[in-house]
This record gives sequence, structure tokens and C-alpha cells, in this order.
Amino acid sequence: MRNTWPVLVVLGAIAALWYLAVAPMNIRGALDQAERAGAVVAPETPKARQEVSVWRLMIDNPDHIAAGYSLDRPRLPTPVQVGEELWKSTVGMALRGRAMSKRSLIYHGWVTLQATLWGFLLGTAVGILGAVAIVHWRVMDMSLMPWAIISQTVPIVALAPMIIVVSAQIGIEGRAIPKAIISAYLCYFPVLVGMVKGLRAPTVSQIDLLKTYNASALQGFLKLRVPASLPYLFTSLKVGIAAALVGTIVGELPTGAISGLGARILIGDQFGTPLAIWAALVAAAILAGVLVTLLDLLQKITLKRMGFRQ
Amino acid sequence: MTETNPVISARNLDLVFQTNDGPVQALKDVALDIEKGDFVSFIGPSGCGKTTFLRVIAALEHPTGGTVTVNGMTPDEARRQRAYGYVFQAAGLFPWRTIARNIKLPLEIMGFSRAEQDERVERVLKLVDLDGFGEKYPWQLSGGMQQRASIARALAFDADILLMDEPFGALDEIVRDHLNEQLLALWERTGKTICFVTHSIPEAVYLSTKIVVMSPRPGRITDVIESPLPKERPLDIRDTPEFLEIAHRVREGLRAGHAYDD
Repeated sequence: MRNTWPVLVVLGAIAALWYLAVAPMNIRGALDQAERAGAVVAPETPKARQEVSVWRLMIDNPDHIAAGYSLDRPRLPTPVQVGEELWKSTVGMALRGRAMSKRSLIYHGWVTLQATLWGFLLGTAVGILGAVAIVHWRVMDMSLMPWAIISQTVPIVALAPMIIVVSAQIGIEGRAIPKAIISAYLCYFPVLVGMVKGLRAPTVSQIDLLKTYNASALQGFLKLRVPASLPYLFTSLKVGIAAALVGTIVGELPTGAISGLGARILIGDQFGTPLAIWAALVAAAILAGVLVTLLDLLQKITLKRMGFRQ
Repeated sequence: MTETNPVISARNLDLVFQTNDGPVQALKDVALDIEKGDFVSFIGPSGCGKTTFLRVIAALEHPTGGTVTVNGMTPDEARRQRAYGYVFQAAGLFPWRTIARNIKLPLEIMGFSRAEQDERVERVLKLVDLDGFGEKYPWQLSGGMQQRASIARALAFDADILLMDEPFGALDEIVRDHLNEQLLALWERTGKTICFVTHSIPEAVYLSTKIVVMSPRPGRITDVIESPLPKERPLDIRDTPEFLEIAHRVREGLRAGHAYDD
């Protein structure tokens, strides 16, 4: 495995940076804790310490830096702490038979995954249909495409609460549907752009060839444009599903949500449990990684079976 | 049309492209008759309209003046009657289809039955010496084999006319010689009418019964040479005085078109 080394080096570099960052991030917490335990720190009160930079604090209190690596409520937990919390709230819960309890990240991950998949399906469908319309009707290219681009310039965090409020207004109960819509809103765009490119991938001579056979527009679409677009489709699906996950999490953030990884992040913030936030963040990242990997696998299998050169 | 003898007949053909730099006269006053079973080469420098003329015959471009008939019909009608197979400069095989399924593409579109498709694929693969390669994907074949597969594809639906736009242009000399020899044998066997666009004087002289020399700005015919060479043409015919004489006349024709003066 020639590729193992670069991967490990990058991973090591990230971990090292993370560990280095923990010291300045947690020095205030460590000093607060030491002060409460009766140790002498400089400056002596939390208020006075606010006036001093973290670098100064670290230089003046070198003995207390290490304590920053094992705080209960660290500003920045270490990777090991995050890993332990993640393990506790997933495998740990599952081992105790409480995988679907409200305190289990498996439960929250499942809620997020469902909304993500619905949003992904909806977004992919909208993206593909939009691309077909754009490729086939010039007017759609001029009328639809600008709006698609504008739609992505509106910050989703601003839009998400509105979608939730509006869907509640028109009598949609629960969070599932508005979450899927927010998720689809982010997901459809890469699919649309990728499919427009993919459906236009056939060369002029390939299109001319079908003309010499007197092929209909539908035949040209099914026998040339669709198969030619598939490599592009898979690439955009991979971007799309990651975007769908982000959309779902954003949809879970506005106040009122109680389940899903996004809600976990928000609640962790409100209750001052950074470990819970980080565990949820890492869980979201793992979920995204798994989803993208699955699509990548599907892409490899499909394109190989279709005979595309790997 | 009362005169139905020529397979392809062009009269006073004009074609003007509207471009951003103003109108470009791609074809001017082109007149030509092609008889059944002819092997006609179109030769000339870039921009002389040889490919455009082929595309007009195939109804891929439409003339702005004059008439052209294919089997006595307009090119559009002829296309609907599947009068011709077109071979492009790039083989243009669909990479997601095997060679056999590439050849089936026109057959599927034209609605041939499954059994008929299989039978035809087998037949044309033999015709271009590719039997046994049906299940390969295009990228598994050499450039010359890919071009042969694309010729097989054009032959599959029994069009009487084969339009070939520099089909061997991207191949090396040795492969090209070989394919030229094969193409002549194929023409001999099938009796098709072939229109062949090329840059190469030896290729044009070796293959053709009729050589159409064209020149650019505006694209027009400067000379039409009926070849006196026999139908049977081994490769070494290219060293005979007759061959060299025709080649010389083609070269003269090209020069007369002032093609390389500017």
C-alpha cells in the first residue's frame, strides 16, 4: 500500500495541530479549575485573567497547561476525549440496549439520515428534471438557470427558519418535511449543474451520427445523452449527498428541534456540554463519509459494468 | 427529376455560413454527378468545402442555393430512406457500448428485430475483419480497429451509399495502407457508392474511380478526374507511371486553386 503513508502523515499532522491547539484553547478553563482547587495561579481571579492573553497565561502558569487536556467541559476537547464521548454515546448505548434512546447518537444519526435521504431523493429528482429541461429548451436555460444560481447565494441558515415557519403555517406537522426541503434545497444544485454538463457531454459528431440515423429526440436522449451523462451524475451525487446532510443539520438547528445531529449540536451548546457538540460533529462527518463512500462504490460498480475505462 | 441515373447529383450548389465575422461562402456553384458504384474522393486543403459538401449530401447542412438529389430525392428524404451510412473522422464509438452493441445502435433506432440485429452484426464484423471482437469495448481496440468498427456500423443497415469524412486521417501510414486495401476489397464486394473525403493525394488516387479536386475561398470544384486505373489495385500500383500521372494531375489541380499561395 503505497498510499498509506501520505494518508497517515496528513492524519498525524491534523492530530498534532489539534493537540497543540488544545493548550491555548483550554488554559483559562484549566486555571479556573486549579484556582477552585486552591492552587495559586497568576493572575489570581478569572476577571483579571480575562485581561491577559492565553499566551501570557501559558507562559506564567506552565504547570497548569497539562490540566487543559483533561477538563470535563473543555472549550476544545482532545481527539481522545471526543472519541471516548462518541463511543459512549453510540456503541456504549447500543451495548446497554439503548441504541434508540434520546441520549444515543445512533438515534439522532438515524433521524438525520432519514431526512438526508429524503432530501437527497427530492433534490436529485429536482436537479435531474431541471437539467433535462435546461438542455432541451433554450428558454429554460435562460429562465431557470439564473434562478438556480441565485437560489444558492441565499444563506441557507437564513432560509431554514423561514421554511420551517411556513411549513408549520400551512399545516405540515413535525420537522421531517421542512427538513427534507431544506436538505433538497442544498442538494439539487450540484446535481443540476453536473447533469447539465453531463447531458451536454456528447460530441457534435456523436449527435450528428444519430441525425444520420434519423433518430428521434427521445432516442437521442435515451441512447446518447443519458448514458454519456452518468459519470457526471455520480460525481454530482457525491457532492449532493454531502450537501443534503449539511442542509438537514442546518434544518435541525432552529430552536424547537429536539432530535437529529443538528439539534444535538445546538443543545450541547445551550447546556454547555462541548463534548456532546464535538461528538455530534464527528458523527455527522462519519455519516457524510459513509454516504459518499457508498455512492463512490456504486459509481465504480456501475461505470465498470457499463464498460467505461477505469 | 426525370434524370434518375446518377445516385448523387448537385447543381449550382451554394452554401453560405453566417458567422460572427460575416458570411463565409463554403460552397460556390458546385455541380457534380456521382454514378452508382463510383468511388469518389474529394481532395483539397482545409476550408475547400469537401466536408461541407459531404454534410450537404447527408442533410447535416442545408444549401442556401441550388439543388442536390440523392437517389432522386432530397437529402432529407434520402436520410429517412436510410440511403447512406456516414463514417466520421473520429470513430465516435460510444464508450459504454461493446463493439457489437455499437453496431446495433443504428439497428435499434431503425427498429430491426433482435435476431436480425445479431445476424447483421455478425455479417458486418466479418466484412471488416473484426469477427470475435464484438464483445470488446472500444478502448480495448486500436485506432484502426475502432475505425473499422465504425465502418461496420455504417454498413449494418444496408445503405447503398457510404459517406466517409477523412476516416483514416488520424491513423499512421502503415495502418492506413492496410485499411485502404481493405476498403477497396469491401467496395468491390458490396458494390456500394462511396464518397471519401481526404487530404492525401496517394490515398485519393489509389482508392478512387473519380477524384474531385476542390479549392477554398470560396469552396469550389476545380477539377474532376476520371481514373483510368483498373478496378483491381494492388498496393504497388502506386509505383506505376499511370498512377504517378494522375497524382501529378491532382497536384496540378490543387496548385491551380491557388490553395497554398497565401
